[in-house]
Amino acid sequence: MSEKPITGEKRAFMTGNEVVAWACLAAGADIMYGYPITPQNEIMHYWTRQIPKYGRKFLQTEDELSAGFTTVGGVLAGLKAFTATAGPGNTLMQEPMSMAEMMRLPVVTIVQQRGGPSTATVIYSQQEVTLTTQGGNGEGMRIVYSPSNHQELFDYTIKAFNTAWKYRFPTFVLGDGYQAKLRESVTLYDPEEKGIERVPSEKYVGKPGTPGVDREPGHYRNTYNTEEELFEVLQQHFADFEKMTPEVVEYAQDNVEDADLVIVAHGVVFRGVRDAVKELREAGYKVGFFRPITLRPFPAEQLKAIANKTKKLLIAESAQGQLAKLVKDAIYGASAEIVPMFRPGVGITTEQIVAKVKEVL
Amino acid sequence: MSVSPQPAMPKSWRVESKPHKFCPGCGHGLVLKCLGEAIDELGIQDKVVFGCDIGCSLLSWDFFNCDSVQTHHGRTTPVMTGIKRANPDAICVAYMGDGGGYAIGIGGIVNAAARNEKVTVLLANNTVYAMTGGQMSPCTMPGQKVETAPYGRDPEATGMPTQGPEMISAITGDGAYVARGTTSNLKQLKSYIKKALQNQMEGNGFSFVEALAGCPTNWRTNAEKTWAFIEKEMPQYYKVGEKKNPFEAKKEAQQNG
Ligand SMILES: Cc1ncc(C[n+]2csc(CCOP(=O)(O)OP(=O)(O)O)c2C)c(N)n1
Ligand code: SF4
Repeated sequence: MSEKPITGEKRAFMTGNEVVAWACLAAGADIMYGYPITPQNEIMHYWTRQIPKYGRKFLQTEDELSAGFTTVGGVLAGLKAFTATAGPGNTLMQEPMSMAEMMRLPVVTIVQQRGGPSTATVIYSQQEVTLTTQGGNGEGMRIVYSPSNHQELFDYTIKAFNTAWKYRFPTFVLGDGYQAKLRESVTLYDPEEKGIERVPSEKYVGKPGTPGVDREPGHYRNTYNTEEELFEVLQQHFADFEKMTPEVVEYAQDNVEDADLVIVAHGVVFRGVRDAVKELREAGYKVGFFRPITLRPFPAEQLKAIANKTKKLLIAESAQGQLAKLVKDAIYGASAEIVPMFRPGVGITTEQIVAKVKEVL
Repeated sequence: MSVSPQPAMPKSWRVESKPHKFCPGCGHGLVLKCLGEAIDELGIQDKVVFGCDIGCSLLSWDFFNCDSVQTHHGRTTPVMTGIKRANPDAICVAYMGDGGGYAIGIGGIVNAAARNEKVTVLLANNTVYAMTGGQMSPCTMPGQKVETAPYGRDPEATGMPTQGPEMISAITGDGAYVARGTTSNLKQLKSYIKKALQNQMEGNGFSFVEALAGCPTNWRTNAEKTWAFIEKEMPQYYKVGEKKNPFEAKKEAQQNG
């Protein structure tokens, strides 16, 4: 049972959902609680096929509310528990994730975005950005990674468990339908062999000893009696989140120093942007890119510095301005003009980005 | 004049959070007393994880010297299921009202029951949504006047009261323990709760106990009328007794075999 899922480096050609399942195994995830929804289903399929070999567990629940709340329970019991969902499932998942936010539970959720609102398509979009970063009735105290290829899906899924357990905020890997279903090459590895710190899990309930006799009972609640009491608790959460932000924030940028226009994109859309910038530079256009890898916390300072230098920010996203909202909030007061390129629910190609830049520059 | 001694608190109760926060005459305290004594008698204070819902049950979030988790309205069953699946040694007790269990949380309870999850659900049936001010609940009785049925519950318009234990005994597999007790017979209620916990300890299956409980505040009843309602009105619809008992079933099988 103690056999390691991966030793050494393994080159593989697989779908994103399969990559996620392997990443969860490699990260030392103990249990998955899930409910079927396209396009994340195969995470459960691959997980359930592999787990007997590695002594991990799975429960299929009756809906996403239950999947989220059982995941919360798994974390309370001290296991590295995770779930995966999309679209309307993500909507339902916000209720348990609010509880995870309130109780500071390191729940890991993989979201493979599909079209919205409501059932919409089962294929692809980037329309779950607002929901995932800000969902629930609260202040969005969570960590959201947006990978753009299978290698990152593997890397950031592993990272998600470690960040979650280190800082104790619910953590999301925000993939999408394209990443979920597409096959591409990836290098699988054991994080320990790479020197990646595996943050240990810890029990919230069920610690050794008898509560009230030789230890304090753990009493966890998400209801507060007075406004002041809640206010106090939240101040601590905000302070922790702010302190964590510089350690957790990730982004990539290139060719921004002399750029007249910087393209902002995340997730798979970034792949088209990276190629477009290369092509445009070769053609003599002064264009760069900025890519937030963490959508929450958002690399605000870093983007604002760019937005004070460049003339235009072109925001390319497969949604009607959800990334743009994060950007505008981050760069408030900066001089760059915002140029939208919103294509909700459909992909964006390199050619389309090149054409758009030529049109606006 | 001699002062009568204070009845002993269960050992598993947390002294620091007493006196408790329920209204005087509330049924929740009685159900939790039975639970506390059952925990003591079984010696499982170190293993119990107590989960409570939103509703008046939430006032018990720090009631016991046991690890406790207070969660959202109707979600206590899945949270306890999640803990139990992650730590099979824990004795998981989900505590809720009839609104939390039979309305908003019905999906959680029905599916946990159908899967025969090895958790114990304890549900206080006081026929109203108490914490929010006495609205109609799934267990409000025909003719009973409540805030959202001010002329009395009309079964034509709103259906008949939910029969929880009857439903749960019908959908659970072998090994499930299901009973309905009442705060007007605490000895019996405690024995049901104890068996429900034992059933979990033995890993047999889902355990469910509904307890008929008073809410004098929302019923607007004095002590006498509160008891009259619990003892005379409620049993007209809610039959007290064990509905499914794997211990009995085993005994019978042994006798027949
Ligand atoms: C999702 C959600 N909906 C509604 C509420 C409001 N609410 C709080 S307590 C309650 C009623 C609880 O009634 P019941 O479960 O019967 O327990 P009791 O108060 O009678 O013990 C409601 C509706 C809530 N907290 N959460
Ligand atoms: S409102 Fe009713 S159920 Fe709630 S504490 Fe008071 S008496 Fe008990």
